[in-house]
Amino acid sequence: MELSRRGFLRAASSGAALTTAFGFDARPALAQARELKISRTTQTHSICPYCAVSCSVIIHTLGDKARNVTPTVVHVEGDPDSPINRGTLCSKGLSLKQFVVNDQRLTRPLYRAPGASDWKPISWEEALDRMARLIKTTRNAGFEEKDGQGRLVNRLTNMAIIGGCTDTNEINYLLGKFRFALGVLAYENQARL
Amino acid sequence: MNTTLVKAISASPAPGPPFGPGAAKQTHTVAKLIDTTTCIGCKACEVACQEWNDQPFLIGAFEGTYQTLTDLTPSFWNLIKFNEAEQEGHLLWLMAKYQCMHCVDPGCLKACPAPGAIVQYTNGIVDFNAENCIGCGYCMTGCPFDVPKLHPRTKKVQKCTLCSDRVSVGLEPACIKACPTNCLSFGTREDLLAKAEARVEALKDEGRSESGIYNPPGVGGTHVVYVLAHADHPENYGLPRDPAIPWTVALWKGPLKWLGNLVLLGGILGTFFHYVRYGPRRYKDETG
Repeated sequence: MELSRRGFLRAASSGAALTTAFGFDARPALAQARELKISRTTQTHSICPYCAVSCSVIIHTLGDKARNVTPTVVHVEGDPDSPINRGTLCSKGLSLKQFVVNDQRLTRPLYRAPGASDWKPISWEEALDRMARLIKTTRNAGFEEKDGQGRLVNRLTNMAIIGGCTDTNEINYLLGKFRFALGVLAYENQARL
Repeated sequence: MNTTLVKAISASPAPGPPFGPGAAKQTHTVAKLIDTTTCIGCKACEVACQEWNDQPFLIGAFEGTYQTLTDLTPSFWNLIKFNEAEQEGHLLWLMAKYQCMHCVDPGCLKACPAPGAIVQYTNGIVDFNAENCIGCGYCMTGCPFDVPKLHPRTKKVQKCTLCSDRVSVGLEPACIKACPTNCLSFGTREDLLAKAEARVEALKDEGRSESGIYNPPGVGGTHVVYVLAHADHPENYGLPRDPAIPWTVALWKGPLKWLGNLVLLGGILGTFFHYVRYGPRRYKDETG
């Protein structure tokens, strides 16, 4: 029997319709599990900023780094290749997406004047100038070159430095340098949970 | 395309041996193992679950417990229960992860009247398909672990999917990956049952003689298996002692269903034969 292409397609489609009608529906057998939300995201390896353990994380962002895409973080999970955490993360590290994608995140300096009740946005220039001025004034007022017995100490006791929990190694290195340059003795870091 | 072969479909005949593209592929049954003796209650698995499934982070009311919430909700599928129990005058503080148990013989699937709303894959995952869910809530009656929860607004029942999206492409579930104390593990069910047995042996060697595996036979076993240090009292962990599909569901989906069908068929046949035998009803004045 000769079967044209058109005839074959017609027979095939009516056959498919019949099998569906008689309960051989292939759909459920091929039921698609939920779409994997990170199947085509861009993976960026990074370090969790929260505590001193420094777990490695993989940050999944939307898009493939193409020029016209504005990436946003869609998922963060542990890096299985890291010898530190081997893919695991704590409850804080697992919520890192909220650290980035968060409408409450501060993106510019805010200033609350002494005695004022609310914050007002200021420029980075203004903020850094004010901090530098206050550090200089305080250091001038409290710097001790020699102690009571005339020994050289070069210390500053009216100021303290507290490192943040999200600082990287590089930031902490610079912070240490900065501290020695000022002569600050009180130095603490919040690099822990 | 991520396809997962189906073992059972709610309110539908058994699909029979797998067919279609990918039917020849080997599938493993997967399982989660929860070693409650090493759970520290850090709740990393809770956050991992919420984050992966893009669920909202909820602020609940304080109920005098360390638990995040008192129970699972339609948008909170994984809860660490901070159970308190007393034994010989001592307080036991027993933490246990609580989520869908992915029963081998799922009561939810048995009770569900909506075709395709609940699907059991050949790898053992019992998944809810919101598209086909009619929101009747029968699965909540059928579940001996009280896991499925009805969303009040969408009228869809939701629960843990055992990250079917991740597992179908060869990844572990989000909660398992997160766990920092190695309390949770993931693998084939056979491997994990062997691992659980080894762990129980080790615990018994340490003198914890009541240790055991929680893999209740009343639901055909589960794909979420626990190692309990006090296996003689699973209820201290918030787990039912002998979970089974409620007899009402079994009766209603088994004998009563067939009885009902017979009654219906009998009624139709009776009507037909009555008509054949006696013809239509005629009143006297019509005939006269």
